[in-house]
Amino acid sequence: MNKIVIENLDLYYKDFKALKNVNLTIPEKEIIAFIGPSGCGKSTLLKSLNRMNDLVEGCRITGLVTLDNKNIYTDIEINMLRKRVGMVFQKPNPFPMSIYDNIAYGPRTHGVKSKAKLDDIIEKSLRDAAIWEEVKDRLKKSALGLSGGQQQRLCIARALAVQPEVLLMDEPTSALDPISTSKIEDLAVELKKDYTIVMVTHNMQQAARISDKTAFFLLGEVIEYNETEKLFSMPKDKRTEDYITGRFG
Amino acid sequence: MEAINTQSFMSKLKSFKSNPFSAILFILVMFATTVTFLTLVFLVGYILVKGIPNITWKLFEWKYTTENASLMPSLINTIVMTAISLLIATPIGIFSAVYLVEYAKRGNKIVGLIRVTAETLSGIPSIVYGLFGFLFFVTTLKWGYSMLAGAFTLAIMILPLIMRTTEEALKAVPDVYREGSFGLGAGKLRTVFVIVLPAAVPGILAGVILAIGRIVGETAALIYTAGTIAQIPDLMGSGSTLSVHMYNLSKEGLYMNQSYATAVILLIIVVVINSISGFIAKKIAKE
Amino acid sequence: MNKILERLMEIVFLVAACMSVLAVALICFFLFVNGIPAIKEIGVFDFLLGEKWKPSNNIYGILPMILGSIYLTAGAIIIGVPIGILTSVFMAKYCPKRIYPFLKSSVELMAGIPSIVYGFFGLVLLVPFIREVFGGNGSSMLTASILLGIMILPTIVGVSEAAIRAVPSQYYEGSLALGATHERSIFFVVLPAAKSGIIAAVVLGIGRAIGETMAVIMVAGNQARLPKGIFKGVRTLTANIVIEMGYAADLHREALIATGVVLFVFILIINLSVSLLNRRKY
Repeated sequence: MNKIVIENLDLYYKDFKALKNVNLTIPEKEIIAFIGPSGCGKSTLLKSLNRMNDLVEGCRITGLVTLDNKNIYTDIEINMLRKRVGMVFQKPNPFPMSIYDNIAYGPRTHGVKSKAKLDDIIEKSLRDAAIWEEVKDRLKKSALGLSGGQQQRLCIARALAVQPEVLLMDEPTSALDPISTSKIEDLAVELKKDYTIVMVTHNMQQAARISDKTAFFLLGEVIEYNETEKLFSMPKDKRTEDYITGRFG
Repeated sequence: MEAINTQSFMSKLKSFKSNPFSAILFILVMFATTVTFLTLVFLVGYILVKGIPNITWKLFEWKYTTENASLMPSLINTIVMTAISLLIATPIGIFSAVYLVEYAKRGNKIVGLIRVTAETLSGIPSIVYGLFGFLFFVTTLKWGYSMLAGAFTLAIMILPLIMRTTEEALKAVPDVYREGSFGLGAGKLRTVFVIVLPAAVPGILAGVILAIGRIVGETAALIYTAGTIAQIPDLMGSGSTLSVHMYNLSKEGLYMNQSYATAVILLIIVVVINSISGFIAKKIAKE
Repeated sequence: MNKILERLMEIVFLVAACMSVLAVALICFFLFVNGIPAIKEIGVFDFLLGEKWKPSNNIYGILPMILGSIYLTAGAIIIGVPIGILTSVFMAKYCPKRIYPFLKSSVELMAGIPSIVYGFFGLVLLVPFIREVFGGNGSSMLTASILLGIMILPTIVGVSEAAIRAVPSQYYEGSLALGATHERSIFFVVLPAAKSGIIAAVVLGIGRAIGETMAVIMVAGNQARLPKGIFKGVRTLTANIVIEMGYAADLHREALIATGVVLFVFILIINLSVSLLNRRKY
């Protein structure tokens, strides 16, 4: 079952063509990793999936992206799309409010008012993000007091609280220490049971460890897209091989 | 090919339909913005429409008489007043900023005091300056209602403005300039005057121009220091600036046409001052 | 020789820097020396809480003016703050790039228009308008509040726009990514994050409103009696000084200076709260 289908997608920043004829299908409830050197367009593609590129001035996209066979640019209301396709950013970005209010923000936005229901959602989200035990006694404290790794898991919990179907993760561990990184990785594997996860990563080992499929990007093109195991053990393209063996990037 | 990521007006509308609360907020923002700028357009437009037909050559005759409420004396007084106030406040303001930025050591108690007082000065309402000028320059120093008393009062009023802008301009001068100058064996004084201050000129100028704007627009601080007589006096005589002149004209309700005309002249001065400072700001931003 | 010059100029710079300290000291000294004796003579309570101001009978109570200043400032805040903050939201988050420079310089123009011109505008337009619509003679608390509300707009728009722009964009993006609308993201995430800057904008606006003199005189009616309603005239502390200083003598004059002292203390309190706010930010 394909969750997201990308067809003939081109993306320009003003005159610069950042993505060239991208075709990808993202299956449901798997982890897809996007790898490639800096500036290859992997983050740009990720942001096209929840329309965060709309914020970038001079950005122009052509082609087709569908979520459950519906065109995300025309047939799904933009805020609904972003509710269904959640995002975790590179740098943890909890809002400057309490832990509770951070998680409650999304559900409140989408109309959940009852305190009891909110409490339930918050506990469940924090548990799912494997941070409940660490914060349950300080829910009313500012989220900015947490460590970087905790903040990132809080952001994951915040994304989960609106019950998305897809979770986009933009290098979620690049700002974190190794212990926090492995926690997030374990979490991603755990979450795949219920969510489709698309993760951009700089770290090839990370992609190899946790993803089911991997796409290798170079200069705005998808060079190779395959089962992670196959892509790393016997890459078909020479450029993929050069990259995963560390000859560039 | 057609870009797919443009948010059309219709999709925005649809989005508002499902989020009525956001639609209300959007309407409030647009409403408030319209109010703000329509008020300005209305104010400026009204004064221009009523004022421009009243700008006649007679308004620019040398002498103010009851038959011809000429604004010429006040216009000249405004220029004189601006010049004297700047002459007093600019060197002091620049020197203070030089001390704060180039000489004072970190954590210096005096620096803290100077900053607090400068902040205090910038918040004092002009009528309080007027009272002080009246008590000190006019009464205690026995200068009487005079241009000089007015200019000194205004000089104190604009001092914090010049200090602050100069300070920012000096801080913006890269340290490598200073190090380069010291490296060539130049003393601190030479470095300040030959290297740092010239580099900070645009920023200082922007502050001075803002100060001119405040002087031109000031009324309350001048009524009881420089007085309200529409004549061209010597420094120790009383003379009204344009804003004070306008207050006199409009207060009695006898010279409404001339008031409108004076308002136009004041507006023009403000626009000119703002565009000069905008021009300088653009130049600084480019560098 | 050079050493002496260096040393000499350093002292010159220091002396210049101390001028602002001297200025504040002089202002305090002259206001307090001339004002405090009057307060003593009249009696602190009779002066501050006295409900009548009748110089001809030697009755000097400035409660009407204190209330006048407070009411007008409150009125200006009620009118100017919501409009100002919403406009600053537009400037920072809605304004198309093409028209931004134009609107920005419009706000600067608003800030630069002399108060006497605002006052005149109020006199020739606002006063007749209020008279037509609500009756009375038009010079009223409402008129002055509206005019002051307009006058504090540029301060509020400018300062709170800067505060909104200083909020990291990741907060805004984080909110959008959760499916919140542009509006919800701004009003529930960005504005709360800019809270201290926006409060500073409001406090600066209060300072401007309470210290405003000329514009108020021209539209507020200036009756020295306890405020009787929003369609009735009021007199502020500032207006009291300007209107009577010209002919006052002896105790009357000192009472006016004491009025200035009260105003000055108000402003000092406001300044202090601004700097406290700024300090907490860092």
